[in-house]
Amino acid sequence: MADTFELEICTPDKMLVREQVSDVQIPAANGYLGLLPGHAALLSELGTGEMSYTAEGRVRHLVIHGGFLEVLRDHARVLTDAAEKADEVDEARARISLQKAQARLEKPVEGMDVARALNAMKRAEARLKAAARNK
Amino acid sequence: MPSLIDIRRRIRSVKNTQQITRAMKMVSAAKLRRAQERVVSARPYARLLQSVLSDVAAALASDERVSALPLLAQRPEKTIQLMLVTADKGLAGAFNTNLIKASQFFLEEHAGATVEIEAIGRKGRDFWRKRDTVVSGEYIGLSGKVRYSDAEGIAKKAIERFSNGEIDAVYLINNEFRSVISQKLSVRRVLPVEIPAGAELVDFIFEQPPADMLASLLPKYVEIALYGAMLESTAAEHAARMTAMDAATSNASDMIEKLTLYMNRVRQASITKEIIEVVSGAAAAE
Repeated sequence: MADTFELEICTPDKMLVREQVSDVQIPAANGYLGLLPGHAALLSELGTGEMSYTAEGRVRHLVIHGGFLEVLRDHARVLTDAAEKADEVDEARARISLQKAQARLEKPVEGMDVARALNAMKRAEARLKAAARNK
Repeated sequence: MPSLIDIRRRIRSVKNTQQITRAMKMVSAAKLRRAQERVVSARPYARLLQSVLSDVAAALASDERVSALPLLAQRPEKTIQLMLVTADKGLAGAFNTNLIKASQFFLEEHAGATVEIEAIGRKGRDFWRKRDTVVSGEYIGLSGKVRYSDAEGIAKKAIERFSNGEIDAVYLINNEFRSVISQKLSVRRVLPVEIPAGAELVDFIFEQPPADMLASLLPKYVEIALYGAMLESTAAEHAARMTAMDAATSNASDMIEKLTLYMNRVRQASITKEIIEVVSGAAAAE
């Protein structure tokens, strides 16, 4: 059996990654999934968080925000609303949006979209984590 | 006969116009390249989404819950929302005219139904606002920089109205980018969603119930259809404007040539006249 499989990571704007990889960790909606070559066909929704994959012996990190995962034969397709490579994360911006989201959650205003604030916080946390991992 | 000065003035004016059309052509060429790149880079997502959607749908083919999904509900088309993607600016040849004609034709074809126009782009809005057709929404100034979040918002609104039963179908009219010299007009239905066929039945492991997954895939599919249409339209607009301005520039060249020839004739005629005057004056003095 081949020891790699093809990973495609796509956002509505562009194809971000298209590489032969040997393993993938990805935040699915119900918790992290690990993918290795020869994985059974699988479909899942994705959550927000940090994903990583190994290509040519190097581990790479990304942040993804929601979307879908399809594993079929020798490829894995990640369709996500937004994705950033760890080395492209703007740490300062992520920190600011994290603080904003936290502030909003601590002092809830009437009619505030709590789910949105929670989402923003999760997103910012994932981005910071990925950025730290990259150092 | 117009005086020499009038003709010279005319030539100068045509030259100025030519400079403007030439500049517009070059601006459009630069914008076209960028727009074209975005169209191309947005295609993989749409393609992959389509294949995931048909895979999920194939796995669910025999499930009756599928037909219960609101976005697949086929109803008699009494109220139709027509999304008309036009440009904000003119001077692009027949680009906007073709779109508007197609929308008029659409209204004639669906004369039995109420058609509401959702105008994406100024030209379409301006046309339909003057007529007694309902313009349910207007989005101006998006084509300069098409963002996914814009398309998402417009699509979400349509999806909500469709699920509530306010509208029975959503159609999309836009120009597709074929090549620099040709655009293709496209009219298609986006809601209710037609599941792309052609998937083989694979025994997938579903992390979520497949019906739930289909329910979250379908809105995304509609959003992507609109986003793609808006990107295509922008690229097509710049291509159309480039071609139109190229034609205008060469027309201006032709006109300058003709006017110059005419100017020289007039000049020669006046010189001849002067010589005759001098000669006949001299003859009279002898």
